[in-house]
Amino acid sequence: MPKSFQPGERRALEKESKSLAVELKGVYKRFDKVVAVEKMDLEFEEGTLVTLLGPSGCGKTTILRMIAGLESPTEGDIFIQGKRVNDTPIHKRNLGMIFQNYALFPHKTIFDNVAFGLKYRSVPRQETRDRVKRALEMVRLPGVEDRMPSQLSGGQQQRIALARAIVIEPVVLLMDEPLSALDENLREEMRMEVDNLQQLLGVTTIFVTHDQREALSMSDRIVVMKDGRKQQEGGPEDVYNNPVNHFVADFLGHSNFINGEVLGREGEYTKVRVEDGNEIYAPGSEAWKPGEPVELVVRAQKFDLLPDKEDVTAPEINTFKGIVKDRSYMGGEVSYFVELANGTVLHAISMVSLKPYRRGETVLIHVPPRHCGLLKREN
Amino acid sequence: MESKPWKPAALLAPAVSAVIFLLVIPVCFIVVYSFWLRAPSGADIPAFQFGNYAKFFEDFFYPSLLIRTIRVSLETVLLCLVMGYIPAYFFYRTESRIKPFLLILVMLPFWISFIIRTLSWINILGDTGLINHVLMKIGLLDNPLSMLYNEGAVLMGLIQYLLPFMILNIYVSLEGIDKNLLEAARSLGCTEWQAFREVTLPLSLPGVSAGCLLVFVLTSGTYLPPMILGGPGNDMIANLIFKRVVGTLDWPFGSAISTILLLLLGVIVYTYNRYLGINQIFKSLQ
Repeated sequence: MPKSFQPGERRALEKESKSLAVELKGVYKRFDKVVAVEKMDLEFEEGTLVTLLGPSGCGKTTILRMIAGLESPTEGDIFIQGKRVNDTPIHKRNLGMIFQNYALFPHKTIFDNVAFGLKYRSVPRQETRDRVKRALEMVRLPGVEDRMPSQLSGGQQQRIALARAIVIEPVVLLMDEPLSALDENLREEMRMEVDNLQQLLGVTTIFVTHDQREALSMSDRIVVMKDGRKQQEGGPEDVYNNPVNHFVADFLGHSNFINGEVLGREGEYTKVRVEDGNEIYAPGSEAWKPGEPVELVVRAQKFDLLPDKEDVTAPEINTFKGIVKDRSYMGGEVSYFVELANGTVLHAISMVSLKPYRRGETVLIHVPPRHCGLLKREN
Repeated sequence: MESKPWKPAALLAPAVSAVIFLLVIPVCFIVVYSFWLRAPSGADIPAFQFGNYAKFFEDFFYPSLLIRTIRVSLETVLLCLVMGYIPAYFFYRTESRIKPFLLILVMLPFWISFIIRTLSWINILGDTGLINHVLMKIGLLDNPLSMLYNEGAVLMGLIQYLLPFMILNIYVSLEGIDKNLLEAARSLGCTEWQAFREVTLPLSLPGVSAGCLLVFVLTSGTYLPPMILGGPGNDMIANLIFKRVVGTLDWPFGSAISTILLLLLGVIVYTYNRYLGINQIFKSLQ
């Protein structure tokens, strides 16, 4: 076991063997008759930060608790560093846990909080002192050893919780919505902190959240979940840009969904007639047969809005005329709802360039074909 | 907002007047009475003298009752603590659906008169009571065990009266403990028992402390269990007060004993709060 938090050392270790830190094989979890997790196969590579993302009740926390040993799977196996741990009690799994409400021991000083895990690992006193000191430095709160948790702010308490978890050099760091109790600005800061710390230590981290921004900004991989099932798994860009189904497209980002029908290939594009009668060009693919019912997905950010003037030349395809029905100014960007001539309302978000469009103004709305996603229509 | 300086006072008035009329004034009456003289005729004469207090300390008999009261109170506290923590902890940990029902059972005794509940122990512990009856029926005993009219019976009566107070105080305190703390302790390497010692027990101390204090104070002021279940040697200080005031109608002396008990309990409660630091524990929990 590497004795100190030398980042270089950890990286080297990581390179020589791309092993799995945690693995779930066919895991089911049922509470009475409610299925919380269904047929879950997951692999968590050593040194990565993986986010379990989904709405509340999707089973993400249950997975985390099963890895921690706080729940046992009804079916299936869990492996930590290749060893089956189904029957290993929580205190022998060597995991770091971070809770939403920090869960610092209110009756113990910061030192005793951070040193807690070391005490149960029989670390000698001097070494404990050094390691606690180093952990507090890592979370940028040196010198608070003698204070009580209640004397620190929420953000500081969560850092102490982080220090308490990393000081034991856990094989996996489990974080259950660790940032959601913090206010907006602090959350941003802590997000970067957690990200930096994770990269520095190279500790495998499993992060549970319902916040897509958290997931997208800090993960190596994202597992999107719904109703106890894995919906999609991949890198943040992959999951964001190529959602595999309606749920993922809807959960991540602001999307417009329009039902349509494939008309056929046309050059490099696949031509789709959407239900309001407009024809839209999507990237060409052999996967779609003419007549197939599809769902068109366009991210609100991918629309271009152009002024409806004589001297403006808009692209010929995928451009429609519409009226700004509603808009909300959000500082850096503006969210528009544009109604087309045939009544369809599109949601577009664009950066504020010169002057935002006014309500009632006629605009041209365009989406490049490469940003038109097609999904198989679900019932 | 318009500030109305009289508003806080007006809002506090009902509570303050209740405390004054129901608590402060009656206690003042007792204290004043304790200085009065009792004429041989039996009449109470207004006076300011310490004769009643002197009488209490003249003979070791009276102070010895005070000492016994404190000893029995401490025994009751200790027994209630051990017998109360376990069910309280059970209520805290159980996820049973009948938990609300079980909690009502704890409070159920309060629905029955304290006197009836105390008297009923005679039917259980008496010579022809349930226990002796059963033991003799099955042939384990030839002669009844005498279980009544001793300190054991008094303690039994006190415990059945005070145990719910202890259970509820500890339970409320336990219920306030964030269960994530236990999970955090477990994830850091504690066994279930170690997590209890490190987290649950220390964080339940405010409830333990409050429960102990309440049981102690209530025991030292009660007279029914010793009167009904105790023998001649089991009287506590409240029995003495009862006998002086109700029996011999000696209000001045009874008041003096009451005042002594009040002062003693005041000192104990103050010291307890100060050195066991309940306030400190609460402060650290915010």
